[in-house]
Amino acid sequence: MKTAEEILAAIKSALPDAGLELVLNSSPCAQHSLRVAAKDMVAVASFLRADPVLALDFCSNATGVDWPGKEISEKVKVTKVVEGEQTVVEETIKRVEPGYLEAVYHLFSMKNGPTDPGGPVVLRMRTANRTDQVELPSLTPVWRSAEFQEREIFDLFGIVFTGHPDLRRILMWDGFEDHPMRRDYVDPDDFEYEPTPHDEVLKRAEAHKTGAVA
Amino acid sequence: MSATELKIFRPPVMDVTEEGDELLEVAMGPHHPSTHGVFRMDVALDGERVVKLKPVFGYLHRNHEKIAEKASYLASMPYTDRLDYFCSLTNNWAYALAVEKLAGLEVPERAEYIRVITAELTRIQNHASAIGFLMQEMGASGTPLMYAFREREKILDLFEELTGSRMMCNYMRFGGCRVELPKGWLEKVKTIVEGLPEFLDEVEALLTGNEILMARTQGVGVLKPDLAINAGVTGPMLRAAGVNYDIRKIDHYGIYDRFKFRVPLGDHGDIYDRYMIRVLEARESIEILKQALQDVPAGPIMDPKSKIRGFRPKVGEAYGRIEAPKGELGFYLISDGSANPYRYRVRPPSLINLTILEDLCLGQNVADVVLIFGSVDIVLGEVDR
Repeated sequence: MKTAEEILAAIKSALPDAGLELVLNSSPCAQHSLRVAAKDMVAVASFLRADPVLALDFCSNATGVDWPGKEISEKVKVTKVVEGEQTVVEETIKRVEPGYLEAVYHLFSMKNGPTDPGGPVVLRMRTANRTDQVELPSLTPVWRSAEFQEREIFDLFGIVFTGHPDLRRILMWDGFEDHPMRRDYVDPDDFEYEPTPHDEVLKRAEAHKTGAVA
Repeated sequence: MSATELKIFRPPVMDVTEEGDELLEVAMGPHHPSTHGVFRMDVALDGERVVKLKPVFGYLHRNHEKIAEKASYLASMPYTDRLDYFCSLTNNWAYALAVEKLAGLEVPERAEYIRVITAELTRIQNHASAIGFLMQEMGASGTPLMYAFREREKILDLFEELTGSRMMCNYMRFGGCRVELPKGWLEKVKTIVEGLPEFLDEVEALLTGNEILMARTQGVGVLKPDLAINAGVTGPMLRAAGVNYDIRKIDHYGIYDRFKFRVPLGDHGDIYDRYMIRVLEARESIEILKQALQDVPAGPIMDPKSKIRGFRPKVGEAYGRIEAPKGELGFYLISDGSANPYRYRVRPPSLINLTILEDLCLGQNVADVVLIFGSVDIVLGEVDR
């Protein structure tokens, strides 16, 4: 089995411009992963699948992870003029580390399976933020197994996969608006929401649509 | 190498025949006797022929992953029973394996043997029921399914004696198993395992050469190996398509490298092969059980390092997978050092095996859709989570 470093070197030699970074995993299983720039992901994935030695033809698992923005307070020493004298004062500065959404893919090789399972090779890519720039390239054209799993990520995390053939909600109903797997998701106050309203609820819903009732 | 040079797998678009012919749209499910629960297929028919099929999920969705992220590691163990409620012990094992990878726990030998024995019993009863349900859907109402359930009852009785529950076993723990075997349990397993080949012979005598079964299933719902690999199909479905990929043989998780068993492979990838693979796999499971039952060692059943209270794995992540009866069941965990997993993900084989449902059904008769769907062998508790 090739290590993450060797795979990184193999990708580097084939695609020298690809944005790649090794992410170390400190747990005892040491499944290190590769962070790939979103723009290069399809090229990297295609290379990994087509490469005759690696032959990572099986994308087992695709999932999302939500990393919300964190407020970090740091103590910084600042030189200030206090009562006409220059003194060093410690100040606490708060800065917000922006959050992002991450898509993670676990790859194995079925072709080399019996001799060298070759995995899991872990690929990850990030969105720019969690609100308006949540597009990532879809890997469904490379591995069809990502089709339903990327729909699930879109549904539960809100990552929009460009190039996905059929990006719809999969587990929640079509009228649902939020993304329940996000860390800051708040349960609704009213659990009696009806996706297919009837009788009284339908009347209210239709009145709401036409704007008759605020 | 660009993506365009690779073969891209998409379901073919069926051409609709003459002008003026109207397509009939049928919603099979969510309350359809063939859908094994609440599942819907939106099918477009041109006469009897299927030209479009879109599966609709989510009727049983309860966001298992979110519940698990709000609970401690151990508290999710009983929830895993409810994923694929036919195979709760293999679900337990997959989750325990992922946590053991995350926290670096060792499993004592005795516990490994118990895990193999319970997992293979689970596999046999799952495959037997899967065959029974498939025959039910073919119109063989009752008899094959009741034969399968008769054997399943015996195995569930064993589980009840060992774990206290017939279906929701909640038996494995991180670094071992929950309780010691009851007195005389292994002897009971031995007696039941000795009777299992006879049951499989009986099933085969009824079904394998059956004219109706062959006419309905041979050449129907053919899955090609390259599509199966690309679409991430695992388990008996994949091996029926002729791909030699059994995680017990590949990852050697647990102690599977100690047992001699063969991996049955199909030639055609049709429904008949999927039926046959399940029978043969059950026979191999009996072989594993016979070997495992011979030498269950004495000793502890829990890793002394594992903690029930205050269990906090170090920061990191792990992906653990096993060969569950329905395919590759994986758990992906991210720990942030707290008592709850930061990210908890189930890789559900039932859901991913359905990716190619449309490909298999296109161009087939509507009556065969029920059979093709049954041959995938899914449980909705795992599809919708």
